[in-house]
Amino acid sequence: MLYLFCGFYIHKRGFNMISEILQTLPQVLVDGLTLGAVYAVVAIGYTMVYGILEFINFAHGEIFMTGAFVGTSTLLIFNTAGLLSGMPGWVAYILILVTAMLFTGLMGVGIERVAYRPLRKAPKLITLISAIGVSFLLQDIVRFIADLKTGSFLVTGISLYNENVKIKTSSIWDSFDDAFLKTNSIIVLAVAVLLMIGLDIFINRTKWGVAMRAVAQDRETASLMSINVNKVIALTFFIGSALGGGTGVLFAQQYGTIDPYIGFILGLKAFTAAVLGGIGNVRGAMFGGLFIGVLEMFSAANLGIITSGNFGGEYKDVVAFIILITILIFKPEGLFGRAVKEKV
Amino acid sequence: MKKRKVIAALMISILTVSILAACGDSKESGGDATVIKIASQSPLSGGSSVQGEAIKLGGQMALDERKEEFKKLGFDLQFVPYDDQGDQKKGVANAEMIGADKAILAVLGHMNSGVSIPSSVVYEKYNIPMVSPANTATEVTDRKLKAVNRVVARDDFQGPAGAEYAVKTVAAKNIFVIQDKTSYGQGLAEAFKTAAEALGATIVGYEGITVGEKDFNGVLNQVLSKKPDFIFFGGLYNEGGLIVKQAREKGITVPIMGGDALDSSAMVDLAGDKLVDVLYSSVSTDMTKSNKDWADKYKETFDKSVENYSAYAYDSMNVILNGLSKAIEDNDGKLPAREKVRDAIRATTDFEGVATKVSFDDKGDNKYAKVFIYGFEGPTYPGTLISEIEQPK
Amino acid sequence: MNFMDKWKTKLQHLPTQASIYTLFVVVTALSVYFLDKSVVAFLLLLGSLLLLYFTSFKNSVKWAVGGILLFIVIPFATSGGLAHESYMEVATQCGIYIAMALGLNIVVGFAGLLDLGFVAFFAIGAYTYAIFATPQANNFISGQLFPLSGSSFWLFILIGGFVAALFGVLLGLPVLRVKGDYLAIVTLGFGEIIRIIFNNMEKPINITNGAMGLSSIQPPNLFGLKFTFPHQFYFIVVGILVIVIFTVRRLEHSKMGRSWKAIRENEIAAQSMGIPLIRTKLTAFAVGASFSGMMGVVFAAKQTFIDPTSFTLLESITILVMVILGGMGSVPGVILGAALVTILNLQVLTELTNWLNQLTMNGTISIPNALSPSKMQRFIFGAILVCIAIFRPNGLIVAKNRKVDAEQLKAERSHTPVPVGQSTGQSGGVAK
Repeated sequence: MLYLFCGFYIHKRGFNMISEILQTLPQVLVDGLTLGAVYAVVAIGYTMVYGILEFINFAHGEIFMTGAFVGTSTLLIFNTAGLLSGMPGWVAYILILVTAMLFTGLMGVGIERVAYRPLRKAPKLITLISAIGVSFLLQDIVRFIADLKTGSFLVTGISLYNENVKIKTSSIWDSFDDAFLKTNSIIVLAVAVLLMIGLDIFINRTKWGVAMRAVAQDRETASLMSINVNKVIALTFFIGSALGGGTGVLFAQQYGTIDPYIGFILGLKAFTAAVLGGIGNVRGAMFGGLFIGVLEMFSAANLGIITSGNFGGEYKDVVAFIILITILIFKPEGLFGRAVKEKV
Repeated sequence: MKKRKVIAALMISILTVSILAACGDSKESGGDATVIKIASQSPLSGGSSVQGEAIKLGGQMALDERKEEFKKLGFDLQFVPYDDQGDQKKGVANAEMIGADKAILAVLGHMNSGVSIPSSVVYEKYNIPMVSPANTATEVTDRKLKAVNRVVARDDFQGPAGAEYAVKTVAAKNIFVIQDKTSYGQGLAEAFKTAAEALGATIVGYEGITVGEKDFNGVLNQVLSKKPDFIFFGGLYNEGGLIVKQAREKGITVPIMGGDALDSSAMVDLAGDKLVDVLYSSVSTDMTKSNKDWADKYKETFDKSVENYSAYAYDSMNVILNGLSKAIEDNDGKLPAREKVRDAIRATTDFEGVATKVSFDDKGDNKYAKVFIYGFEGPTYPGTLISEIEQPK
Repeated sequence: MNFMDKWKTKLQHLPTQASIYTLFVVVTALSVYFLDKSVVAFLLLLGSLLLLYFTSFKNSVKWAVGGILLFIVIPFATSGGLAHESYMEVATQCGIYIAMALGLNIVVGFAGLLDLGFVAFFAIGAYTYAIFATPQANNFISGQLFPLSGSSFWLFILIGGFVAALFGVLLGLPVLRVKGDYLAIVTLGFGEIIRIIFNNMEKPINITNGAMGLSSIQPPNLFGLKFTFPHQFYFIVVGILVIVIFTVRRLEHSKMGRSWKAIRENEIAAQSMGIPLIRTKLTAFAVGASFSGMMGVVFAAKQTFIDPTSFTLLESITILVMVILGGMGSVPGVILGAALVTILNLQVLTELTNWLNQLTMNGTISIPNALSPSKMQRFIFGAILVCIAIFRPNGLIVAKNRKVDAEQLKAERSHTPVPVGQSTGQSGGVAK
């Protein structure tokens, strides 16, 4: 039925629409994958915490944002200290990545200690409220530090790797236009993939990874098996937050300008990605992130064309939310998760 | 026993009243000169805080300069900045507080038209005049309120001015319009679009983006597919700067034009060396050239570089203070009533400010508001003046 | 007996309470009347309402005294100086938020459904009135009938409430099966979707005029009297508020209220006890939404201009903070929480900022601009949420369940006389 409908609609609107969509397809794909990689890594952070604690860390988006700020300010400090001209670009990049990841990882552990651990026995509602509170606190703290230092909370950093690369996709097929790629996009993709592979290895091949999976499966039994549950949870938060913070640096480098409010909507979309892939499932989160990234780019570029101007690109956020709602209503365990029956 | 209770109760109440009285008193300022306060309302927090802050500082500078003048007349002039956070509820609540403060005789502000419109209803009730250095939406003065004035050009003048320039001078035929879905951005974009179409250009795309967005690849991909020869952006510098940067990075080389909200040093911060071939319309002359001394003094006083809104605010404050002094004069040197100040301000004619000349018409619009077209040819602010367009008489 | 015990027993004595209380009200009312723009006095006067709650008068006496305070004392006390309208404006906004918080309290506090998109219903109510009270509706209904005159306002309060309730049901239907944290996110998504839709609904048909907003909304009109001043809206708001509070209390102690609380505690157990989940949840959404909708209509009429920027996520979180701070499920708590947060936002923070500004300009102390209190709104909300969650999850005024005496019930059922002097104990709280 769906195919028939699509076919009929395309026929009615004419092939002009198709050719317009096809033209920008390579560029859309490129942009979508970059954005999707960011979503994917942030989604992993959400999914890891949920797997262990069965609780959505609302503040994760803000941890991402803090990572972006830490990375940018470190780079600016390097610059004013004159160090930047001395080192090659990739050294600086790695340095700020590591700094940001360490900082946000520790921050994540700290937040868990202060705001979530006292509430482990409390009803979920209260923990969620605490998380919302932490999220707001972080937003404002970063805001007034930025405001204090620079007079405005919008911070523009120095972008390493700013050059453009042209991918001649038009030579593959006539209907494609060329795609432009920032060098940084390649870095974003590469780093994201590296982080994901690293995490995969960690979870599946190391002792700590096994411990994490055990605690995620059944916390009480795991503690009986002499696993220090508190330590494992702290480690989970550390890794999840570090991943989020690292992605923040990537984001800051990609877009150049950041403000304290980027974490929120991005966190929401990353959460959608985590849910789409199956909450608790790391590989699912990766897939979910990429999918949502590409879909968002596609709708931003083409919704106007498809609906002949009635619903334009400003609805792209709505697309992400609708996916979220649909998944939660019809298949709450996500594409790759397993349905869990609620036990009494 | 009963007597003791009564005495105890009496003592408690005396104590309470005195505490309350003390708290109340500490809010009123002492001194033998009559206090006149001028309030300002602008977003000091939130996305437009750079410009909101500039409005506050511009007004403050003007007021501080003329404090002596009013002291000689026997009045202690004070400046009370309020933060409306760009939110109309806050703006209205602040407006009520301003109305309640007898000493406040005029308001400088707001920046967002969407906040001015409901707040001005409150000002009208209290007969407090308002002079806006930034509102461009036509609705603000179209309601013909006596209290509302503005020194900047309206959207329905700025938009067509930009369109004229685009179609006649740059010879643009296919224009892609982007707007930020706020009352300012959309209003300007609509005015531009209508005028451009009337002049014969084709609008190949009309897309909206969200304020706060950082990733404009979606809409820019559309631009790539439609291949226009000119882009117009109705919106604020936060998004404008990023759009310019990302467009240039994508290989879009056509001229991009915006409105007076792009008239800010933040464009340089945001777009860096990608800031080429970008035009913007503005209501004021280039401060650093036409009035370098003023710009330098501003920088010295506040340690911040001058924004164009600082200049508009400076002029608006001077318009207010001129009206105030005239009203005092007409009242034989005594404190004038708010209505008199309001009428005196509305009657401003041929005031020469640092940024613009001001004469209010019967709706509160500035007859002399000119539109200037500037161009950014690199990462320096302000851009170079390209052309001046006067209001049709 | 030591001093404190003596005082405590004295305070139990009703006449003593009455006299101290009346004294307090009179003192604060007079201070508000005579002192110009004293925020402290105004807060204390409002505090007298809170004190009323803690006194041990009979319920009907409390209602009567409350009514006198709200309808007579407060309006007259504040009419002393020029700050009259300012006080009334704050009180009116308080009233609007109290009603919305009570609505959210039904959904979150009673039924345990965490709704983070609550401001959507407020928006729906506001736009319902605004579309028809401005020429906007002429865009899609032909005939130049609009704007409707202000006398339709009173009807629109009901219509607005109804439309919002309808949307509450519509939004509630898909999310019935979603639980806990997920429900929060889904409702957040819905709230954002509604805002984006309102922001963009000017094509293909111009329904909401998008980001430009709707202006020149007709003020309410009662037999020729136009309501434009805050002190007039104050009475409308208080009137609606009285109805809302009354409804909430009745619902709380009814079968529906108990069903809601049962669902909050344990859904599956409630279901097995025969409570129809769907109907109960939808009723919670509908009733909560209707309060918001009604206040939305009042808001639109008061501001005479609305646009989508008044209905953001921050608003939903603000209302949530009010409910949490006051005490989930506790009606007096929520009222207190709403009043506190609104006054904090509108008056206290602004006055504090102005005071600090004065000090900075006089050169006494220098607080950098970035730390100014009115900008710290999110920080304060966040801190409140975290502290309450960790230290006092039940909020300021804990929700109380009416304990019913089993003996008395049995006796009533079998119509036998029962010894007088039973006290109904109190217990409760949402979080243990």
